[in-house]
Amino acid sequence: MHSDRAPLGLKIAAGFGLAFMHLPILLIFVYAFTTEDKSYQWPPPGFTLKWFAVTWARPDVWEALGLSLQVASISTIIALVLGTLCAAAVSRTRFFGREAISLLVILPIALPGIITGIALRSAFNLADIPFSFWTIVLGHATFCVVVVYNNAVARFRRVSGSLVEASMDLGANSFQTFRYIILPNISTALLAGGMLAFALSFDEVIVTTFTAGQQQTLPIWMLEELVRPRERPVTNVVAMVVVLVTFLPVLAAYTLTRGTDTVAGQGK
Amino acid sequence: MSDSALINRRGGALAQLSDTLWRRPGLLIFLLILPPALWLGIIYLGSLFALLAQSFFSIDEFTGIIQYEFTLKTYAELFRPSNFDIIIRTVVMAAAVTIGAAVIGFPVAYYAARYARGKWKAIFYLGVMMPLWSSYLVKVYSWKLILAKEGILNWLFETLHLGGLLNAYLAIPVIGGNSLSVSATGTFLVFLYVWIPFMILPIQASLERVPHTMIEASGDLGARPAQTFRHVLLPLALPGVIAGSIFTFSLTLGDYIIPQIVGSSRRFIGQAVYAYQGTAGNIPLAAAFAVVPILLMAVYLWVAKRQGAFDAL
Repeated sequence: MHSDRAPLGLKIAAGFGLAFMHLPILLIFVYAFTTEDKSYQWPPPGFTLKWFAVTWARPDVWEALGLSLQVASISTIIALVLGTLCAAAVSRTRFFGREAISLLVILPIALPGIITGIALRSAFNLADIPFSFWTIVLGHATFCVVVVYNNAVARFRRVSGSLVEASMDLGANSFQTFRYIILPNISTALLAGGMLAFALSFDEVIVTTFTAGQQQTLPIWMLEELVRPRERPVTNVVAMVVVLVTFLPVLAAYTLTRGTDTVAGQGK
Repeated sequence: MSDSALINRRGGALAQLSDTLWRRPGLLIFLLILPPALWLGIIYLGSLFALLAQSFFSIDEFTGIIQYEFTLKTYAELFRPSNFDIIIRTVVMAAAVTIGAAVIGFPVAYYAARYARGKWKAIFYLGVMMPLWSSYLVKVYSWKLILAKEGILNWLFETLHLGGLLNAYLAIPVIGGNSLSVSATGTFLVFLYVWIPFMILPIQASLERVPHTMIEASGDLGARPAQTFRHVLLPLALPGVIAGSIFTFSLTLGDYIIPQIVGSSRRFIGQAVYAYQGTAGNIPLAAAFAVVPILLMAVYLWVAKRQGAFDAL
């Protein structure tokens, strides 16, 4: 049928767009194996696996990675609790201030990160709170709530109210109903939201530069290397690993919510 | 069926709490909403208001000490030529990035929404999602590799014997520079690359809702493809484009890392905020600068809402 064939021009334009989005990242995979260590020379003079061993032996990379994983885990847990509570309330009923609450949840991610960052930093300064692991978590959890919320609210709307009523009619109390009826229904949405929140926190740099003291998360470590390159091959290897690591949760979140009306991850 | 099961209250504190919550849904909502509202209200809004309040203070030019008195002096400083240039430059860049992202993103979104089926649908979807969720810094870093003097882009131009063309382009003031990695063009490319998925997803969402019978009807009525695009497709997709532009515009306005890593020494709003609050210690001016993107986005969102862009989010 004529209308199901894309015009050639559109195919080329769409292909160009996709290539534009993917080739730069693939280039990093090539650079991770280059033998050149002083410049970004192209084409690479030779290929080696040496830098993987060098990176493996670097304690600062491991420390930064460890901190990032910890921050992301705790922020995700906080975001899961707060986001689910918020979604449960907003999807259930219309109440006074409902619009304000949904705006409040979205605001930390709608406003530029630098504003969230500098606002938190000046608040910590005013309140004499020293920068620590927890100030980073505070910032991350704040903007991770929206990801969980977005996923959960869509699913809550599809959990039919009659299921809940049936459960109560059969003698279950609210907590049992939550445990045996609601939770199984929203679990994949929460899992997807949690993974995306994790990915968001793991990658965050702008807010973190304002809320971290001396600690280095992995993105902060990379930023340092970008501004003042010390050992370029190590940066190349770390960059490649980061791409591979973020690939997994996104793929998992997609698989978990595929086939539902709202696929996870659209509202980063 | 025994009546007693209905009459007898179930025992236990937990069960009683459960009953109370069931009978008073208002209380349940209140309890549900309290923790997130407290967290976001105190930590986030509190900080935001503290920041806004500081923009109404000023800094003593001689001692460098912040004076805690209400004044609009700091806002007046924004209109000094050196500061106002920063604002104009940032807004022009944000607009350019938005237009670029719409032009490159539209065909991808259209193909994905209209023609991609089955396996290709998934490929297109992940093809947009992967760059969206890939590490921001890694994406910026990849362009540092590409734009470097010894990098792939220069190599490509040299290999094709077009090096002269590139040099002629770089000689143009404002958009050119010593090399691509320290030019405004470089900054533009990186912004475009990093934010383009945010443009594609809402456009695709709005295009999915355009019934393709409409496109066919337009063709049947004698419209050429360009006319169909101009008079049927574009108006229907416009809410999606505007929704996408909210992201690209806002994200470009607030970014300070990309122009710092790839670009000329001319500053953007984000860099100004960062510099004033950091080494300069001029928190009031930094706060006033931070208000600029908020105000711009408020106007932008208001216009977008009138165009119905929020339905496409």
